Amino acid sequence: MGRKLLLDKAHIEGIRYYDVYRKNGGYAAAEKALKSMTTDQVLDEVKKSGLRGRGGAGFPTGLKWSFIAKPEGVPRYLVCNADESEPGTFKDRYLMEFLPHLLIEGLLISSYTLGANSTYIYIRGEYAWIPDILEEAIAEAKKNGWLGKNIQGTGFDLEIYVQRGGGAYICGEETALIESLEGKRGNPRLKPPFPAVKGLWQSPTVVNNVETLAAVVPIINIGGEEYAKIGVGKSTGTKLISACGNINKPGVYEIDMTISVEEFIYSEEYCGGIPNGKRLKACIPGGSSVPILPANLLLTTAKGEKRMMNYESLNDGGFATGTMMGSGGFIVLDEDQCVVRHTLSLARFYHHESCGQCSPCREGTGWMKRVLLNIENGKGKMSDIDLLWDIQRKIEGNTICPLGDAAAWPVAAAIRHFRDEFEWHITHPEEALKRNFGLAHYADPLPVPQPVA
Amino acid sequence: MIQFSEEKLNKVKEIMARYPEGKQKSALIPVLHLAQEAFGGWLSSDTMDYVASLLQITNIEVYEVATFYSMFNLQPVGKYLFEVCQTGPCMVNGSDQIIDYIKQKLGIGVGETTPDGLFTLKTVECLGACGYAPMMQLGKHYREHLTPAKVDAIIDECRAKAGN
Repeated sequence: MGRKLLLDKAHIEGIRYYDVYRKNGGYAAAEKALKSMTTDQVLDEVKKSGLRGRGGAGFPTGLKWSFIAKPEGVPRYLVCNADESEPGTFKDRYLMEFLPHLLIEGLLISSYTLGANSTYIYIRGEYAWIPDILEEAIAEAKKNGWLGKNIQGTGFDLEIYVQRGGGAYICGEETALIESLEGKRGNPRLKPPFPAVKGLWQSPTVVNNVETLAAVVPIINIGGEEYAKIGVGKSTGTKLISACGNINKPGVYEIDMTISVEEFIYSEEYCGGIPNGKRLKACIPGGSSVPILPANLLLTTAKGEKRMMNYESLNDGGFATGTMMGSGGFIVLDEDQCVVRHTLSLARFYHHESCGQCSPCREGTGWMKRVLLNIENGKGKMSDIDLLWDIQRKIEGNTICPLGDAAAWPVAAAIRHFRDEFEWHITHPEEALKRNFGLAHYADPLPVPQPVA
Repeated sequence: MIQFSEEKLNKVKEIMARYPEGKQKSALIPVLHLAQEAFGGWLSSDTMDYVASLLQITNIEVYEVATFYSMFNLQPVGKYLFEVCQTGPCMVNGSDQIIDYIKQKLGIGVGETTPDGLFTLKTVECLGACGYAPMMQLGKHYREHLTPAKVDAIIDECRAKAGN
C-alpha cells in the first residue's frame, strides 16, 4: 500500500465541506505558511520537494515560480489550469469534485508565495457542475477567514474566481488558456515573453495544474525534504494516475512512483488486471499524446529492466523504446483492440482540437486523419504508412505550441511499434472491415487467470 | 427582442466584477454560456449582438469566440442534446455501439434533431470521463457507464420531463 498525500482523506464522509476538512487537518498548511513562513521560505520548500508540474510537462514547479517577474505596482496572477481535456485524463475532476478545499488551500499558499491577490480557476466548460462545488467551497473558505481581505489577520488578501471555458482542448496550453481567460479564441501565444513576465492582461502570471497546486499542501505539511524522499530520483512525491480502457477497476489512483507498471495494471490495489482473462496488447501511460507502447516494452525496458511508474523509467529508451509519464492518463488496450482504429480516433481528436493557427498542425492533423480513415476503411495503400510518417515528422516541432507534437507522437509511435498491423490492414481490407484484426503483440507477464470451477 | 431577466443581468454584473477595470471582455465565455442557456440552447446572431452590447465589445469579437469553442451551438438544437464522447478510451469501451444504438432508437443521424424537436444527437471529443466510459453529456451533467438499457431510461426520462 503506497503512501497517500492527496487522497488520504478522500474517503472521509463530508470532506467536501469546510467543517469536516478543517476537523481533519485542513488549512493547517495554509496557517503554517501564512503565519510562520516568509514567501521565500515557502518557495524554498517547494523547490526542495522536487515537485514537477502534474499537468503533463513535468517542469519543476519551484523553478517556474521563481521566474515570476516582480515589477513595482503591477499585479501578479495565479491561474489554476483545470482545463483537463487530454484523453485518458480525469484526475483533476476527482480532486475538484471530492476535495475542493484541498485545491483552495493549495491555491491560497501558492498565491501567497507568488504575491497574487486574484486567482482564477479556469475549468473546462463541460465540467459544468463542478463550478458550483468550487464556488460553494470558496464561499465557505471566505466565511471562515481563509479568503478575502486580511486573511487570518496576516494582511494578505486573496480572491479566487472560477471561470468556465467553452470547450477547447487547446485551452489547456497555458498561453491559450490566458487568451481564453481574456475573452478571446484559444490561440496560443508565441513565447517568449513567457507568462511569468507577460501573462494575463500583460501582467506576470503563473499557470499551474490542479494536482500541482493541491500537492503544495502536503509539501508544506511534511516539508519539502520529506516530500522528496517519497518516490525515486527526480520523480518525487506522489502522482495521481487516472486509469481507463480495458481494465477491471478504472478510476483515479495515487501512487508513490516506486511501483512497477506490471503491478499497477495487475494488482488488486490498482487496476485489477484485464477483464475476461484477455491479454495485454498495448498501453498509453500518460494521456493520449504520449507514445503508445506494446506490452513487452511497456512492462520491461529495452535494457531488460522492469518498467516502473515514474518519469525516468517510463522515459527510458526515449521515443524509440520508451514513452512518458505525461498527465498520468493511463489507457490500457487488450488483445481485441485495433491500434489503427485507436490511432484514427486520436488523430480525429487532434484534428478537431487544433486551433488552426499554424499550417502544419491545421493541415497536417486533417491529412493524417484522412489517410488513417482510408486505411481503416480498407482503402489504404502501402505507401500510406510512409506518408503518415512523413506528415507527422513535418508537424512535430513546427508549431507555436505543443499540440502539433501531441498530434504527431501517437501516429509516430503506432507506426514504430505496430507497423505490421497497419500493413495487415492494407493487405487484408475485408478482414479489417470485419474487425478481425488477427495480430497482436503480447507480453503475457502473468498466467491468464483460469475460471474457478 | 433578446433580453436577459433581471436575475441573469445581475449574474452578468457579478461575472464582470471578477476582472480588473476595462477587462470586461473576459466575461465573454461565461456570459455566452448564460445566453445559450437562456435563449433556447443556441446562439443566434441576435443573441451574440446582445451579448456584445452588454459587454461593450464589437459584434465580431463575440462571433469569433462563439465559432471557436465547441460548446456553443450556432444552429438550433433539440430540447435534449445528447453529446456522446467518441474519443479513444470511450471507443475502447463501446461508444461506437452506443452512438449506433441512439441513432437507431431515435431515428436520426449525428447532427440531426428528431422531428418533434426533442432530441439532437452530437458526437464530441473527450469529456474527461474516460474511467466511466462510454458516456455522454446531457445538460449540465454527465451520464456514464452507458448501456442500451441506460440509454432507453434516459430517453424515457427526457420524454417524461417534456410531458410526451
